[in-house]
Amino acid sequence: MKFFTTAWHNIRRSPYQALAAILVMTLTFLVVSFFSFLIVGSSRVITFFESKPQVTAFFKDEAKQENINALEDSLNSTGKVASMKFVSKEEALSIYRQQNKNDPLLLDLVTADILPASLEITTTKINDMASISDMLKQSSVVQEVVFQKDIVSTLVNWTTAARRIGLGIIAVLSLVSVFIIVTIIGIKISQKRDDIEIMRLIGASSWYVRWPFLIEGIFYAVVGAFIAWLVASSALVYATPTLSAFLKGIPIFPIPLVFFFGLLGVEFLLAIFLGFISSFLAVLRYLK
Amino acid sequence: MIKLEKVSKKFGIGYNALFDINLSIEKGEFVFLVGPTGSGKTTIFRLIIRELLPTEGSIIIDEWDIINLPKQKIPHLRKKIGVVFQDLKLLKDRTIFENVVLPLEVINIKPVEAKQRVEEVLESVGILEHRDKFPVQLSGGELQRVAIARALILSPDILLADEPTGNLDDDTSWEIVKLLSAINEKGTTILMATHDTDIVKKLGKRIIGLDKGRMVKDEKHKK
Repeated sequence: MKFFTTAWHNIRRSPYQALAAILVMTLTFLVVSFFSFLIVGSSRVITFFESKPQVTAFFKDEAKQENINALEDSLNSTGKVASMKFVSKEEALSIYRQQNKNDPLLLDLVTADILPASLEITTTKINDMASISDMLKQSSVVQEVVFQKDIVSTLVNWTTAARRIGLGIIAVLSLVSVFIIVTIIGIKISQKRDDIEIMRLIGASSWYVRWPFLIEGIFYAVVGAFIAWLVASSALVYATPTLSAFLKGIPIFPIPLVFFFGLLGVEFLLAIFLGFISSFLAVLRYLK
Repeated sequence: MIKLEKVSKKFGIGYNALFDINLSIEKGEFVFLVGPTGSGKTTIFRLIIRELLPTEGSIIIDEWDIINLPKQKIPHLRKKIGVVFQDLKLLKDRTIFENVVLPLEVINIKPVEAKQRVEEVLESVGILEHRDKFPVQLSGGELQRVAIARALILSPDILLADEPTGNLDDDTSWEIVKLLSAINEKGTTILMATHDTDIVKKLGKRIIGLDKGRMVKDEKHKK
């Protein structure tokens, strides 16, 4: 308890240094929080697409209904199809209108003629998608086949790139935070050199002198992490209506509370680790 | 209790702070360490608390071989030896109570017990009424008493007092010496560095003389 009191005195006696340390930690953990949202969100989008083995075939304008029916029959006969839904040009227009109801300019420009009719097919097994896709491509009435696997692989590529960049930024910011805390704790140790000397001369052990500085470093990191978590979580909750409209149909929102508290727990652990490492390096460097 | 054998201490290149010192102090003794400034009195104190290591020789404190003492045992040694430093080494931003309680906090004594012990010691050195003041609010003699109180708080076997009367007037100096003498009568071994010859003569205790790092005198009790 005495160590905590001493650490708290040290923090209060130099508020600007404490503020600088907390701010840099907040910045680092803001990136950690937003990056976590991005990773978890994109993973769920990918899982959503992966869980829906769907192939969409867009028909040529000249395709006749009997040709389309024949294609449906031949697909059904394979036994690989779980469900099939025909979307006519009029239905496509209706969907388009629904999606763009707030933008009259886009509605004026589009008629049913320019939208293709399509067939949405889901397979019972994800592995059957490729053979169904090939069958559709061979049909003379099909203009284009959109395969979810392509969307998934594009998303995976984007997510991998974002993950690498995010990890890079987090690594650099963590390093900067560590150096700043090492410097701040180093300054504190220099300022208290006389006190430390006296404590040692009256029989204080090395750890007795070290603990308040270690607690101080951990305090900066934990407070920074908490502020960052609060800001990032509030921003996500605030942006939820916009994001859920954008990702319509993909069940990401609302984010469960357990995710937020799980993230807080992980960030606290990371903060304790970063704070301890930083102040321990400072103690090793300046308290010989 | 304190034994120095052929102890020499050289600082940097060439400067001999101590040269071939042999001395032995028994438990319960009161010994004056006298000599002019730079004669090596403070260096002997710093060697005894293992703030410094000698260049040559051996130092035994209460069966502890100071030279070969593991680093982690140094705090234990220092808890057995109370020191009144020449520059007092009081923490200016802490009250008298907080300064004196510090060694008890280091050994993790319960706050209630610590408070009681500090009050007893402050009472015994006559400054209990100043417990909540800061060092800057006290006179030189009072500050010496604070330093003595802190040195006594762990009931050490040995008390080292480095020029405790250095900046004090005669009356106050004599009060401090009487206080140290009373502490000695309760069984604490005292080694006091001074160059105040009047006090040394009046008290009639054992005198060890130093000059330019060499031991030049060892006079036993006169009373």
